Amino acid sequence: MAEKLQMLALSPTMEEGTIVKWLVKEGDTISGGDALCEVETDKAVMEYASPADGTLLKIVVGEGGGAKIGDVIGVAGEPGEDIADLLAEASAPAAAPAAPTPEAKPAAPPAAPAPAPTPAAAAPTPTPAPTSVSAPPAPEGKDGKIRSTPIARRMAEQHDLDLRQIEGSGPLGRITKRDVQKAIDNNTARIVAGQGSAAPAETVTIPVSNARRVIAERLTQSKYNSPHFYMKVTAIMDELMNARKMLNQRMKLKVSFNAFIVKLVAMALKHHKLINASWTEDKIIQHGRVDIALAVALEDGLITPVVRNCANKGILEIDEELQDLIARARERRLDPSEYQNSTFTISNLGSYGIEEFSAIINPPNSAILALGTTQRTPIVGENDEIKIHSAMQMTMSYDHRVIDGVVGAAFLTDLKGMLEYPVQSLY
Amino acid sequence: MREITMRDALREAIDEEMARDETVFLMGEEVAEYHGAYKVSRGLLDKYGAKRVIDTPITENGFTGVGIGAAMSGLRPIVEWMTFNFAFQAIDQVINNAAKTRYMSGGQFKVPIVFRGPNGPAEWLGAQHSQSCGSFYAHVPGLKVVAPSTPYDAKGLLKTAIRDDNPVIFMEGELAYGNKGEVPEEEYTIDFGKADIKRQGKDVTIITYGNCIKHVLPALTELESRGIDAEFIDLRSLNPIDEQTIYDSIIKTNCCVVVDEAWPIASVGSYVAWLISKNCFDELDAQVELVASEEVPMPYNHTLELAVQPTVEKVIEAVEKVMYLN
Repeated sequence: MAEKLQMLALSPTMEEGTIVKWLVKEGDTISGGDALCEVETDKAVMEYASPADGTLLKIVVGEGGGAKIGDVIGVAGEPGEDIADLLAEASAPAAAPAAPTPEAKPAAPPAAPAPAPTPAAAAPTPTPAPTSVSAPPAPEGKDGKIRSTPIARRMAEQHDLDLRQIEGSGPLGRITKRDVQKAIDNNTARIVAGQGSAAPAETVTIPVSNARRVIAERLTQSKYNSPHFYMKVTAIMDELMNARKMLNQRMKLKVSFNAFIVKLVAMALKHHKLINASWTEDKIIQHGRVDIALAVALEDGLITPVVRNCANKGILEIDEELQDLIARARERRLDPSEYQNSTFTISNLGSYGIEEFSAIINPPNSAILALGTTQRTPIVGENDEIKIHSAMQMTMSYDHRVIDGVVGAAFLTDLKGMLEYPVQSLY
Repeated sequence: MREITMRDALREAIDEEMARDETVFLMGEEVAEYHGAYKVSRGLLDKYGAKRVIDTPITENGFTGVGIGAAMSGLRPIVEWMTFNFAFQAIDQVINNAAKTRYMSGGQFKVPIVFRGPNGPAEWLGAQHSQSCGSFYAHVPGLKVVAPSTPYDAKGLLKTAIRDDNPVIFMEGELAYGNKGEVPEEEYTIDFGKADIKRQGKDVTIITYGNCIKHVLPALTELESRGIDAEFIDLRSLNPIDEQTIYDSIIKTNCCVVVDEAWPIASVGSYVAWLISKNCFDELDAQVELVASEEVPMPYNHTLELAVQPTVEKVIEAVEKVMYLN
């Protein structure tokens, strides 16, 4: 019995594919799993594995032709078979894919656009077709939704079970009381991995505070809207540490490390105006002011007080402002004007012993600097000698809508230079 | 305990209440000389005389109104309708006078009256004489509506109905008068607004009322043989409804089938299903299923007549659905 060869979803997001090359000719004998043609998907060129055994009777979509998932690209069967009906069907509008007839093996259900990655799509070499397209019954509905009954949800919550790990036996994969009971009885689908026989700690529900909600919304928006990319360098901090030590000794002061960083970053930003910018959909605003925010941890959340106009302030002035802002931030006594509208942000987790991390850009900034701890580190010198230095890893996160790689690299290299040779900032 | 028929249980209730209170009287078509179309009032004419057991002309609107007037004047009439199908003639009297007068007179007039008679699908009576009428009355504030399914419930509820100071619609199953059941010799009454759990179970809740029990009882037997432990609630009282008993059961079983031989739109059954969806949403493991009559006038053809009503098979199918057994 002749059967249609239909376009399959060869990548999870593929809707249409282009036949790059047929690897077999009409009249060739084919068997299930043979590569029949190469298909260019939205991601890559993939081989199309035959879902049928027999003879390739007809190529319907030639090289260079496009076919939506479910479209007939060829017909396989026994030599001499009458395939007029199948071809007529194939030429019918693609929008109305034929229902799977009993003779069309389950190999290619045209009605199922199969958004779920099929084994064929996941593996570079498609596996034999009969299994390659009949997607396993996903526990989630076709639309990716987890369907469950109210009592099933409550039971799962009470027993700390992850509904995603429970297979629903109801209509459309609905998870029912019985399915959850089974998971409870079999002790599967636990959210907290069981630690031996120790009872899992109690689940606590914490209401979301307004501050937490704002953090969640802003950072989600940032991560969602601005395409982040990251750069890391290690700066040798010996000079800066000495400079700070000297200054503090001579002037009988205790100027904070952060004040030095803020000042040096401000100087670097002065030379790299593209970094000190904001994206506003139809224009990029390059700020004349250098207003640097410093992320300050609070009991519940964080806040970013801003030191204004840093490029034109001395380190002592910056330090005084920082001390005042941080103290009042912890008491939650900052005015919104004191933590909004920065042009750049620094997040420093060095005092927590973190070696390096990547931060989420603080809108409306286009970049954020994440600082790790400064620690004694073996570093290979110019003559391949290994020396121990105080070194700090820093990571820049950039918004690619505003800043390209080379621009970001230039800034970070300069900043590294200024940290390593503070006197460079005078140039 | 002795077993008596539904018609005898009803007669005992009327007899006892007439003996207890001389303002109680019975009126309706053929209730006196002929002892009632279904022989509920056998012997009452001889015992209480023509002043208290009154044959009326064939005029439902008229004698229903006379009864309401008598109730407003201090008597306690029991008005028998030969069937609820004929009583649509009198529905204006019931809804606009019986149900409203106590409210509209600011409580100056009470209307202690019982309207009773056969209700629901019978056999070979055709579309106009074979319908379940409870929804029409349960809809109306000011009326109490009850529907017993057993001789025991019938007697206890009718005595309560006669003593109630409000109009009570008392619906008897047209095919149930010969049904026998245990009824104690000693006096008892059954409060309105109290459902009866006729079978305790833990797997599924089945709710019905009145003569619809005839579809549910065989289904229970079949379910039991399959190892399904169903809880069966007989509402008995349609207005007021015993919500707590329903909810307690749903909390136990998490799924429910409502069986009602009325049509599904705006019926007591669909209202109960809504109550459950609203108040037990978090307890449910499946949508509430309603087994109702098909939305057609009752066919005369007997095969069709049975097919449009709830059946044992339909009840079992609904149980399978809410328990995900298929």
